[in-house]
Amino acid sequence: MNARLKTKYFQSGNTIFYLCAFYYLVMCFLAPGFFSVNNSWNLLFNLLPLLIAAIGQTYVMLTAGIDLSVTSVIATTSVIGGYLMSDDSGLGLAPAQAVVSGALLMAVTGGIIGLLNGLAIALLAMPAFMVTLTSMMFFSGFAIWLTKSQNIYNLPEILVNIPYTKLLGVPVPLIIGLLVVAVAYFLLKRTIQGEWIYAVGLNPKASKISGVKVTQTIIFVYIFSGICASIASLLYTARLETGSPVMGQNVLLDIIGAVVIGGTSLFGGKGRILWTLYGALFITLLDNSLNLIGLSYFIIMIVKGAVILLAAILNAWKQKSLKAI
Amino acid sequence: MLLEVKNITKSFGGNKVLKGINFSLQEGRTIGLVGENGAGKSTLMNILGGIIPASDGQLNLNGEVFSPQSPNESLDAGIAFIHQELNLFPNLSILENLFLNNFPRKKIAGISFINKKEAIGKALALLQQVGLDERPQTLVENLSPAQKQLLEIAKALANSPRIIIFDEPTTSLTRHETGKLFELIGRLKSRMIAMVYISHNLEDVIQLADDIVVLRDGNLVNSYTKENGYRLDKIVNDMVGRDMEQFFPLRKSTPRDDTLLQINQLTAPGIARDISFSVKKQEVVGFYGLVGAGRSEVARLIYGLEAFETGEISWKGKTVANPSPAKWIKERVAFLTEDRREEGLLLGQNLEKNIGLAALPQLTFSPVRIINRHHLRSAAREKADATKTKYQSLTGQLVSTLSGGNQQKVVLSKWLLTDPELLIMDEPTKGIDIGAKHEIYGLINRLVESGAGIMLISSEIEELLGLCDRIMVMNQGRISAEFNKGQFNRSDILEAALHTEKQH
Repeated sequence: MNARLKTKYFQSGNTIFYLCAFYYLVMCFLAPGFFSVNNSWNLLFNLLPLLIAAIGQTYVMLTAGIDLSVTSVIATTSVIGGYLMSDDSGLGLAPAQAVVSGALLMAVTGGIIGLLNGLAIALLAMPAFMVTLTSMMFFSGFAIWLTKSQNIYNLPEILVNIPYTKLLGVPVPLIIGLLVVAVAYFLLKRTIQGEWIYAVGLNPKASKISGVKVTQTIIFVYIFSGICASIASLLYTARLETGSPVMGQNVLLDIIGAVVIGGTSLFGGKGRILWTLYGALFITLLDNSLNLIGLSYFIIMIVKGAVILLAAILNAWKQKSLKAI
Repeated sequence: MLLEVKNITKSFGGNKVLKGINFSLQEGRTIGLVGENGAGKSTLMNILGGIIPASDGQLNLNGEVFSPQSPNESLDAGIAFIHQELNLFPNLSILENLFLNNFPRKKIAGISFINKKEAIGKALALLQQVGLDERPQTLVENLSPAQKQLLEIAKALANSPRIIIFDEPTTSLTRHETGKLFELIGRLKSRMIAMVYISHNLEDVIQLADDIVVLRDGNLVNSYTKENGYRLDKIVNDMVGRDMEQFFPLRKSTPRDDTLLQINQLTAPGIARDISFSVKKQEVVGFYGLVGAGRSEVARLIYGLEAFETGEISWKGKTVANPSPAKWIKERVAFLTEDRREEGLLLGQNLEKNIGLAALPQLTFSPVRIINRHHLRSAAREKADATKTKYQSLTGQLVSTLSGGNQQKVVLSKWLLTDPELLIMDEPTKGIDIGAKHEIYGLINRLVESGAGIMLISSEIEELLGLCDRIMVMNQGRISAEFNKGQFNRSDILEAALHTEKQH
């Protein structure tokens, strides 16, 4: 395989963008009500939390790890944040105060769960799969136990209105989403931490010898993923107007799928924030359009599963052909 | 004649590693095969063992042409190969290791089952032959290195071989265990089994071999027979060769008095013992020794890649507690590792990112450490040019597409970008072509002339003689001798590396 071809693989992800555009056009004709103002907002609000969680996942997967605990972070932060913000909490905070401190508490909780994952993976050299799978179980159960399986209602108006609030004409969730994208992009592209994330994913041994703080980098990506998941949780909580202990139960595959479909390597060291944006867009389009066509939940699962599997196969195949010199 | 090797040649790419080797082996005789690292011993034996095919030439086994296509074919023809790294499964039992691919079977109702009783009987017989006193059910991980060696021989005997190849069988054995192994080899010999014995330990080879064949640079340079008597010094001279090529550019500087690195009594059990040495400014200190003598390990201990038990490392007079690569890079100490693919490069990354990796902290600004891309690009280009790296694009080309020599230059560029005051180099010219080697020697000289010190680990004695101000010789985890420039003597250095301690 020649150098040019390899470089081309390097920049693959963009194909998925064209695929999204093509799929969008086709669905404008096929899916009833797809091309409408209402559905466009729908698409955007479905996309944003998925995208934010997937960006955290991208960081983790760039280091050749995986974070299965994101959905449990969404559930746990939703109930913890919800509890603090709710009028039923009896803390008597002013609404704005409650929302701000609630959001902060959610981010801290997400960060702590990420920190625990990262410590186990980086210091004890445990497989990321195992660590995050068990923390998923633990915190999913924890969220339900904490609330005795009850939803938390009576959230402040400010929170519930977030999806409909505009700042300078731009919906607040979109501002939050753009901010996360911008920070994630900048960190990865312009700072030493970003460079280290790629290096650790490509070759942790060589990285360590070159002075890269490998342990610190691994812990960082899991904290980052936890915080991203908590921001996604804030958007979900606002939209559903409830703090729910089973929130996000079904989005794990969507999150990982978005990253993989985007083209980020499962083996680490290769991927971009922009690719994940395309991947998340594709999943959202697929979900929304198939829903509008009237397919059942299970058929949609089958289709999504097949698409993600296909992307994973493509991913592995690329890795193989890169290795064969 | 049992085995005849006729004009065997082997090339890898354009690199000729065996250039027409001829010798023959009779039943019941033992050939000692000696030569420096890279002389072609392993390649020759791998051809015999069916692991790689010869490029040219012919093998005759019992008078018939023999061209094994796989290790199994060689095994079926009666050639057993006992590798330096033993091929045993530590998680399985002795029994399972012995019969992994040919368990005795029995049929019950037409279905094939393992005949455990027969297997255990056979295993006990084999274990007795090699003098291994263990139950067949014992897990291999519970055996000592010597016992594993014996098991490997038992495994070979299960196929009733006519030729056994031993590749460095004594490296992990104590002197006492080696004695027992030699007794076993004697017994095998009396059963008319022919053997090829490869070892760096010339005293062992002289004791065991009926014939000794010396390889150097892929040529068979000389052979001796026991009947005519062996002379150690002659064999050593044959191994290293006399002609020293005018290959090493002269350095226009001499070592200064200020000490950069000082190592005192560094000890890590099983790895290194009582290592003490220093590297001065503008000095090149070489480390010679056999593979496994502990040279790389010492470098890794110093650089903080492995932990040591006692001893002290100091840099410019100050003790360095808990050394780590990040710390050393800050102190401007670099470490070019032996395995560039595993430990030197990000193969799936472009040249610029590889070259920039170690110096990144120096190329950033602001609290969030933004990388100065512009600066990085020009610095990476400058170093790639300084090392004469041949590339098409700094950013559009993956380092995996470069040749070995150019990959090594990328790693060197990376370290040069950190502006090192001390560069630890572990086999910097391993596996690269002669032109690139020469360029790396020139680079070492320029670096030293500009004020740096170098710790140079190499298995090529010529390289050390040509570049070093001092040579430390390591043997079994210790520094066994030290030579200053002017008293360099190839035979003495080699002997200090080969000499085995008598008592254990």
